[in-house]
Amino acid sequence: MTSIAAISTPARRRKLVGAGRRQWIGLLYVAPAVALVVVFFIIPLCMTAWMSLHNWPLMGAHSFIGLDNYWAILRDTRFWNALKFTGYYTVVVTIAIFAVAFPLALFIERPRPLTGFYRTSFFMPAVIGFASASLLWSWLLNVDSGLFSPAAFELGLTEKKVNLLATFQPAFWSIIAMVVWKVAGFTMIILMTGLQSIPPDLQEAAMIDGAGPLARFRAITLPLMRRTLALALILSVAGSVLAFDQFYIILRGGPRNQTLTAVYWIFNQSFVSFKLGYGAALSMILLIILVALSLIQLRLLRQPEGVD
Amino acid sequence: MAQARSRRTRIGMQIAEHSTGIIASLLFLAPIVWTVLSAFKPAQESRQPPLPPWPTTGFSVENYATLNTFGDGLWLPAQNSIYVSVMTVVLSVIVSVLAGYGFSRFRFPLKNLLFVVILSTIMIPFQSILTPIFLVLTKIGLHNTLTGLVCVYVTLQLPFSIFMMRNAFDAVPREIEEAARMDGANNVTMLLRVMLPLVWPGIVTIALFAFLSAWNEFLAALVLMTDQSKFTLPIMMTALQSGRFGAIDWGAVQAGVTVMMVPCLVLFLLLQRFYIRGLMAGAVK
Repeated sequence: MTSIAAISTPARRRKLVGAGRRQWIGLLYVAPAVALVVVFFIIPLCMTAWMSLHNWPLMGAHSFIGLDNYWAILRDTRFWNALKFTGYYTVVVTIAIFAVAFPLALFIERPRPLTGFYRTSFFMPAVIGFASASLLWSWLLNVDSGLFSPAAFELGLTEKKVNLLATFQPAFWSIIAMVVWKVAGFTMIILMTGLQSIPPDLQEAAMIDGAGPLARFRAITLPLMRRTLALALILSVAGSVLAFDQFYIILRGGPRNQTLTAVYWIFNQSFVSFKLGYGAALSMILLIILVALSLIQLRLLRQPEGVD
Repeated sequence: MAQARSRRTRIGMQIAEHSTGIIASLLFLAPIVWTVLSAFKPAQESRQPPLPPWPTTGFSVENYATLNTFGDGLWLPAQNSIYVSVMTVVLSVIVSVLAGYGFSRFRFPLKNLLFVVILSTIMIPFQSILTPIFLVLTKIGLHNTLTGLVCVYVTLQLPFSIFMMRNAFDAVPREIEEAARMDGANNVTMLLRVMLPLVWPGIVTIALFAFLSAWNEFLAALVLMTDQSKFTLPIMMTALQSGRFGAIDWGAVQAGVTVMMVPCLVLFLLLQRFYIRGLMAGAVK
């Protein structure tokens, strides 16, 4: 101990001499990151707000039109329908993901032989991209060359091959199934970290007091992993509100534009119709919704975890 | 008697648990396995429903050959994807290691503000700022270039990876640095020789996340890469699957999906530890 103190005293003195200059060097280290964030995030963010106040075609001059884009949004029933559909999808898919991920998390949390294999298998679909997963399922869902309709037909469950993507209900639930398959493993790992942070002696004490598994789950597990649940919930909600890939690749927004999500509608307005100003105004609405969700998340996460 | 019965129920329970586990695992693995196996069917067989999933009329790589005949072939978009992913990994590691070190070890004006601003960009969906990003890239001459796409991907990785690296550097005891400084190490040698070996698990984690997100990203590449020669694999495959190159060849789609999935699966299986570490760090903090 004394030797360290002896060494660090002169070091500290020298640090003091060059301290000012050396500390400023820190700015140099963070400069590339700051530059990237400014150029590719802060500036575009400010531009979105600015563009939303303009009529801004891809070619030609743009003109300032004040809040007209926002007034137009109020009358844009297709945007509200897209937003309504996004909300509906978010609620359904989040419930479905949790209904699958929670039992899986409870299952893999207990150490037993093969747990590693189970955990890895459940998680595998989470590392492939949404685009790959969507392409894969667009094949499985195909009526002629796919798996589900022909298999159901061969097994005699249906009288003819049913095109799952032709009407809203089967198409919607097919997407839900695909997303649950792809995301449940991810949510499972998050929930598992919460389960593992619960001290095992608490469960044991409750067991000795005669609490059954259900009572233990409600009285100990759920309250103690409130923060983890909030995190998993928000990740799922934020991801679903921004859903695009699967609806674009598998359904192209169909059948009859019934599965256009908010991001899909913004994409159409900005990059298909090239109404960049209007797209920016729509983006602002989406941005406000997401920031509001993030702030709720921060509040939920701030609350201390523990028995209170 | 009672003991024997309880042992029997325990074994019964275990059998039930493991059958549940195995069935669930098969459900999760099935679509992946189905695709990888079906891709090896001859083209003729690929048009039929994949029952059974494995090739019954002989093993063939015909689907990969067919895939290579669409648009610019398979190799160009694969090359684009590899370039974009590798560059995203390299740049995001360099930028986040520097920034993580800076935020962890120096006191400078605006430090906390800059850190909070970088981290809070995670709250804002990049989907809502794509149009201006497109205009910014045009302005600085990176419009429709893979380099431009890399810049966007690196920026999107920064909040997570800088947070990870700052924590990694924070965990290194200051005594190590002071000892090295006594030996005359300056800032750069300190970072490269002394610190890097101590924070490498964090680097592997952020590199893995950067690779997976760049390799799999869809919307930004779809919007920003308008020239077919700049398409990454997901964009090229979606064009193929939408019938842009004529009738949809599902065999080629299976081959393409396999090419897109396999690198992710291999990397994950090799580096699983680091992936879970990253998720935990994100979940706990």
